[in-house]
Amino acid sequence: MEIGNLSTVLVWAAASSYTIALVAFSIDLARLADDPTRARGRKAVGIAMSTTILGLLLHGAGIVLRGIAAGRAPWANMYEFTLVGSFVAVAVFLVTQVRREVRFLGAIITGLAVLALGIALSVFYIAADGVQPALQSYWLLIHVSVATIAAGILTVAFAASVLQLLKDSRESGSPAVQPRFFRFLDALPTPRELEALAFRLNAIGFVLWTFTLIAGAIWAEHAWGRYWGWDPKEVWTFVVWVVYASYLHARTTRGWTGRRAAYFVLVGYACVLFNFTGVNLLFAGKHAYSGRPS
Amino acid sequence: MSAVAGAVVAPRLGLRGWLRWIWRQLTSMRTALLLLMLLAVAAVPGSVLPQRAQSPERVAQYLRENPGTGRWLDRFSLFDVYAGPWFAAIYLLLFISLVGCIIPRIGVHARAVRAAPPRVPRQFERFPVHESLTVDASPEEVIDAAVRALRGPWRALPRFRVRAGEGPGETRTIAAERGYLRETGNLVFHVALVGLLIAVAAGQFFSYRGQAIVVEGHGFANAVVDYDTFQPGTGFQPTSLVPFSLTLEKFTARFTTTGQPRDFQADVRVREPGRAEAGGTIRVNEPLLVGGAKVYLQGNGYAPNIEVRDAAGKLAFAGPVPFLPQDTVYTSRGVIKVPDVSTGQQLGFVGFLLPTAVVDTSGARSVYPQPLSPLLVLSVFTGDLGLDSGVPQNVYQLDSSRMKRLVGADGKPVTLFIEPGQTVQLPDGRGSLTFTALPRYVALDLRRDPALPWILVFALAALAGVTVSLFTPRRRLWVRVHRVDGRTVVAAAALARGDDLGLSAEVERVLVAIRGTGSAESSADGPTATA
Repeated sequence: MEIGNLSTVLVWAAASSYTIALVAFSIDLARLADDPTRARGRKAVGIAMSTTILGLLLHGAGIVLRGIAAGRAPWANMYEFTLVGSFVAVAVFLVTQVRREVRFLGAIITGLAVLALGIALSVFYIAADGVQPALQSYWLLIHVSVATIAAGILTVAFAASVLQLLKDSRESGSPAVQPRFFRFLDALPTPRELEALAFRLNAIGFVLWTFTLIAGAIWAEHAWGRYWGWDPKEVWTFVVWVVYASYLHARTTRGWTGRRAAYFVLVGYACVLFNFTGVNLLFAGKHAYSGRPS
Repeated sequence: MSAVAGAVVAPRLGLRGWLRWIWRQLTSMRTALLLLMLLAVAAVPGSVLPQRAQSPERVAQYLRENPGTGRWLDRFSLFDVYAGPWFAAIYLLLFISLVGCIIPRIGVHARAVRAAPPRVPRQFERFPVHESLTVDASPEEVIDAAVRALRGPWRALPRFRVRAGEGPGETRTIAAERGYLRETGNLVFHVALVGLLIAVAAGQFFSYRGQAIVVEGHGFANAVVDYDTFQPGTGFQPTSLVPFSLTLEKFTARFTTTGQPRDFQADVRVREPGRAEAGGTIRVNEPLLVGGAKVYLQGNGYAPNIEVRDAAGKLAFAGPVPFLPQDTVYTSRGVIKVPDVSTGQQLGFVGFLLPTAVVDTSGARSVYPQPLSPLLVLSVFTGDLGLDSGVPQNVYQLDSSRMKRLVGADGKPVTLFIEPGQTVQLPDGRGSLTFTALPRYVALDLRRDPALPWILVFALAALAGVTVSLFTPRRRLWVRVHRVDGRTVVAAAALARGDDLGLSAEVERVLVAIRGTGSAESSADGPTATA
């Protein structure tokens, strides 16, 4: 079998593994909902964690083989960005779990990973190949990898902020989150703790995003003869940066902490997703690297 | 209802009062936050609507297709968003707000850095982390051990700023604080952003950028007249152009079998004043540095070498004509204008160059970007090219308003198909055209921006500042020691700003050092940590 095909098979296997994890994480959350103070062993979550780790290993192997098949860094088109971005999100989730109890994020993270891999394989897939001259630079290694890692970290932070908002709504008695389905929220940490977790991750994401901007400007200076040209991708990278900067400011402004700060995370992450999908597919710009024929 | 005599009268602010109020509003965090959000929103239309700075031709097309709305969008400078007045208004207000916020904070921080850590509080129990233990060592030994642990191994950059003091009676205390770098980083970040804005503005003022098309075997001299287009900054001096010249010796393009570009390389020779002639290469990601400017390879194409003889058989035109590639297989469009005919009407040719031509019933088209079987497909016009009217003309377009397209004997327009080395006769004895060779050309971008190093320095300073600011924990830690029954009772408490996972560990580190002084036992309340 060709290396490129083997990579694709591994990505399929990773997606299947994450799907099992997603189911197991959901079962765990449902059981927690039935009995939030449960001290008994959580069997489902054990299965979920091991299938997530297995998925991550398959996923990582798939990415490495993709790089070997293409003979370059495996992040040069949308299929590969999605592959690496979701890999980072799952990896960040597992690494965070070493230091903090964040298994409650598992369902959202594996859910997003399954969705991302599904879209990557069915919509964005193109065969492994070399790249056009504008992409032949060591900056591809630096700029794109850091951007993708930042997106992965911001994904996990987004998951935490969503739970923070849901939990906060439930605690303040909002009728929309009172049905039985939302009882798992009672087993989660307090909104303050979720917000603190989201902040730590967003802070890392913001620093990496700042680096992405600077590295991108340096590369643009080399490749296109200007460090900044308001290309759609540059505009949206800037918008993302400003929205997350607003988030950091909101946290220190009276009256804008807590819920309101979390809304910035939702807007910011929506911008990250749009920057990644919409800008590549809708706008004519210099960053038209989806690798798909227009 | 009786008239209310004592209606509420607002205190009069006066002009100074108003100005102070406006300044306070502008420099408040709330305003900064709103301006930031506004900046994000204001940047969006520039990615949705075509922009003059990036693609003037798409703006023109938009205005043609939507004359009504287009005119109004243009009035609000939505085709020049990033140079528009309201975008500038937002970021200038934001930077004024930033400066107004940062300058007082620099003063406050400068005093805080020199100040001693805050006094030891009376009650330790109310702090999120507090702990106590009893040891055999003397209070002096305990204080020494704690101070050493707090300061850390580096004298020049102590971990904590420590102040040892004495409480009531024989009580000894330590007040310690760390995390001054947090605010330092924050201030560096914001000052660096101001520096970045100034550096970018200065760069725009002094920079220049020019484009030139250079055909293989031909040269280019760095003078304003030799550029095809030239955009100087407001402060640009033409005398600052270093008079170097450059010759394109060879251009190499590699494509995959499916026609995807893989490598472009221009081999040039450069002559700089006061230096020996030297060779150099320019590739897409590797600009050539010459005479303080960077030379970028921004495009390439074919420039067929054409010779046109007029009806009298005299050479009326000879030279390469750059054709502009229209697609990935280099179907290239071009115009040949022949004004200098010795007899008869002026000649104009419009058409395509197909690098790898396939001709079938549906017409001629190119299937591959490399020149495997080149073919020129041209229509012929005669009449007045309009070059003497004084109105500047686009060299890539033929103004056919005073010209006539030649038709053959069958009444159909004449189309010439010419391969390299071939000569074709024009109809009605109007002359001949020879396609002698097919050199390539490169589109070069030359640019000099003296502010680049500064922009990089400020950007990196901002990155370093924000990193330090976001990841430096701000912690206060206190220790109180007193003697009870010949033993030493130690109490410690710590406070952090915001969520701080490492706070308990920090207290534990100090207590481990204290325990190291002699046999110890922890008190019943043990370590506590509440969020």
